[in-house]
Amino acid sequence: MRESKIYNWLKENLFSTWYNFLITLLILVIIFYSIPNLIEWAFIDSTFRGSTKQDCKGTGACWVFIKVWFEKFIYGFYPSDQIWRVNLVFISLLLVVSAAFFVKQKFKLYIILFLIFIFPIISLFILRGGVGLLYVETRVWGGLSLTFILTFFGIVISFPLGVLLALGRRSELPIFRYFSVMFIEFWRGVPLITVLFAAAVTFPLFLPANASVDKLLRIAIGLAIFESAYIAEVVRGGLQSLPKGQYEAAKSLGMGYWKMNFLIILPQAIKTVLPGITNTFIALFKDTPLILLVGLAELLGMVNLAKSNSYWLGMAVEGYVFTAIVFWFFCYLLSLYTQNLEKKFSTEKKS
Amino acid sequence: MLGIKNQILKNLQPRYLIPQVLLIIIFVGIIYYFTNNAGINMKARNISSGFDFLNTNSGFDVQFSLIPYSGSSSYGTAYIVGLLNTLLVAFVGIIFATIIGFIIGISRLSSNWLLNKFAAVYVELFRNLPLILQIFFWYFAVLRALPETKDSITFFNAVFINLQGIYIPKFIFKNFHFFAYGFVIALITIFLLWYFSKKLFYEKGIPLPVFKYSVFIILVLPVIFSFIGGTTYLVEYPILKKNYGISNFVGGIKLVPEFIALALSLSIYTAAFIAENVRAGILAISKGQKEAAKSLGFNNSQSLKLIIIPQALRVIIPPTTNQYLNLTKNSSLAAAIGYPDLTGVFAGTSLSQTGKAIEIIFIVMMTYLTISLLISLILNWYNKKIALVEK
Repeated sequence: MRESKIYNWLKENLFSTWYNFLITLLILVIIFYSIPNLIEWAFIDSTFRGSTKQDCKGTGACWVFIKVWFEKFIYGFYPSDQIWRVNLVFISLLLVVSAAFFVKQKFKLYIILFLIFIFPIISLFILRGGVGLLYVETRVWGGLSLTFILTFFGIVISFPLGVLLALGRRSELPIFRYFSVMFIEFWRGVPLITVLFAAAVTFPLFLPANASVDKLLRIAIGLAIFESAYIAEVVRGGLQSLPKGQYEAAKSLGMGYWKMNFLIILPQAIKTVLPGITNTFIALFKDTPLILLVGLAELLGMVNLAKSNSYWLGMAVEGYVFTAIVFWFFCYLLSLYTQNLEKKFSTEKKS
Repeated sequence: MLGIKNQILKNLQPRYLIPQVLLIIIFVGIIYYFTNNAGINMKARNISSGFDFLNTNSGFDVQFSLIPYSGSSSYGTAYIVGLLNTLLVAFVGIIFATIIGFIIGISRLSSNWLLNKFAAVYVELFRNLPLILQIFFWYFAVLRALPETKDSITFFNAVFINLQGIYIPKFIFKNFHFFAYGFVIALITIFLLWYFSKKLFYEKGIPLPVFKYSVFIILVLPVIFSFIGGTTYLVEYPILKKNYGISNFVGGIKLVPEFIALALSLSIYTAAFIAENVRAGILAISKGQKEAAKSLGFNNSQSLKLIIIPQALRVIIPPTTNQYLNLTKNSSLAAAIGYPDLTGVFAGTSLSQTGKAIEIIFIVMMTYLTISLLISLILNWYNKKIALVEK
């Protein structure tokens, strides 16, 4: 009985026709050829113990490379004795964000406002130092923590800006509309690299000679403005999906423009496009490694530096595999969250 | 008319007018502030402004160019070289991304469980990794593991793969233009054929096997023309030659590793997104459409050709064009591995040599913007053309 069930499943799902039979065989060959080799390389023939390249004698991966450089991969050149500051910022961020999931709806808004307006300032102070704390130049920031810092600030700046741009694009006032359209289409039409080059090389020329804006800040703002144009388009989609009746109802209650948008329109519009917004933030996260082209080393940049270190030549594969695992983990996690949201909203619509 | 007049009147009311005027003033103020600063800075650093540098000698060499280029060529020529290289890699990337994307997208809906999961793993793996990481991986890890020149991997002694790149045979045509004439005339004939057969079908209900005719025309006409004009061709194979003790391949077409890594990763990455579009497009067609086609007596290929594909394409094409656009913009990542595209040659090498940060970034941004706007114009036109006309 059981056997025939398995047999039926196999026949239906793997060997239904002659070409399905061939495809199944081909994929099985690929799997049986590649997976054992991969496991052998990553686990069996690999080296985990040791502290120099000479300890890696096997033919497999040399994970010692990752172990030795791990601190640099995560924190960049941030002074070792000050690393607790980076940890403090990220642990508190994690605590605040997870708190948002457990408190009542009423407090969620306060937590979000805190995250957008107050938390960035506190964390910047802790990271950068100054009064009482050892001053750490942004030049030495790097590694995975820089990836997260840029993503976080990118979100905090680009989200409000994108919402305003989306409102501007649908405004009744022509000047605001034209400006928003031009702004959005310009940033969406150019590649991110040119924006980064412009922020790193061109922008200082536009400032007074004695004024200087920190390079990391310039790049963070460039990244955020670039991403805000994409957010604006996503939010516009949400605004367009709302029925006219919502605007009319709000107006008939005597609400002005801002009250109507912030209390009635935007909460509904943003909710419907939340998956799209999360996707934009995934894109932002995936885009951060590009800053290595203007001389800032986040995780991928640090790996590139480490693999060209003369004591550690030939470690490209290990470094990239490590980076790939880290990026893939976070992106996949976020995309699962997006899919979850989509499912949740689609069932809500049905009922 | 009244509507426009009313709108103008409405915008002249102070509560609408003041914020708009303020916005213009702020914008003009910022522009003035920036240009003023730029002027002062340039004077202080002794940099002249303007686009005269485009005519001066560049003095650097480019390792991969579609047009003749050397150190004595101008920066303007360098710009053209970069632009052509960008368009080349984007073109190749788009073709392969489309092919892979459609295969994976259809596999994702396959009844074969293993194939289905294989496609799902492909999509989730490649779209969740940063593109630049994929480029680095192909360039620094995979292509660097290829054998030396003397141990090249070879196919039929015509294609050679080694550390230096891929060498493929080069076809040298004589009287090629006759072949081209034949090809163009075949295209025009096919276009007319499609036009008239459509008319014939809608007016008299006579279906023509247009597709078979078209294939026949496109295969036969160029060949006939080649015979008449005497088109011949030679194949130039890459040959290993020793020169001062260093063996190298001579002849054929050489594809540099930078190009291969970039084209490969761009197409693999974008294909993951196109696959999702294809899947969504096919899923968007309700089962009722297929059943309706069947009940009208359409056979399988007819219902696919006349009912399923046209409707699926309406869903697939807009987001896929967007992906083409993304691919073109993403090709600027070439700068990371030194493929001489527009960003690499112009915003990289030329900028660091001339120091003209404002002009060069402006040119590069405007070039990409023009490409983007052109593609979105075409897309909007197409969208309007295929949009459902609802009553």
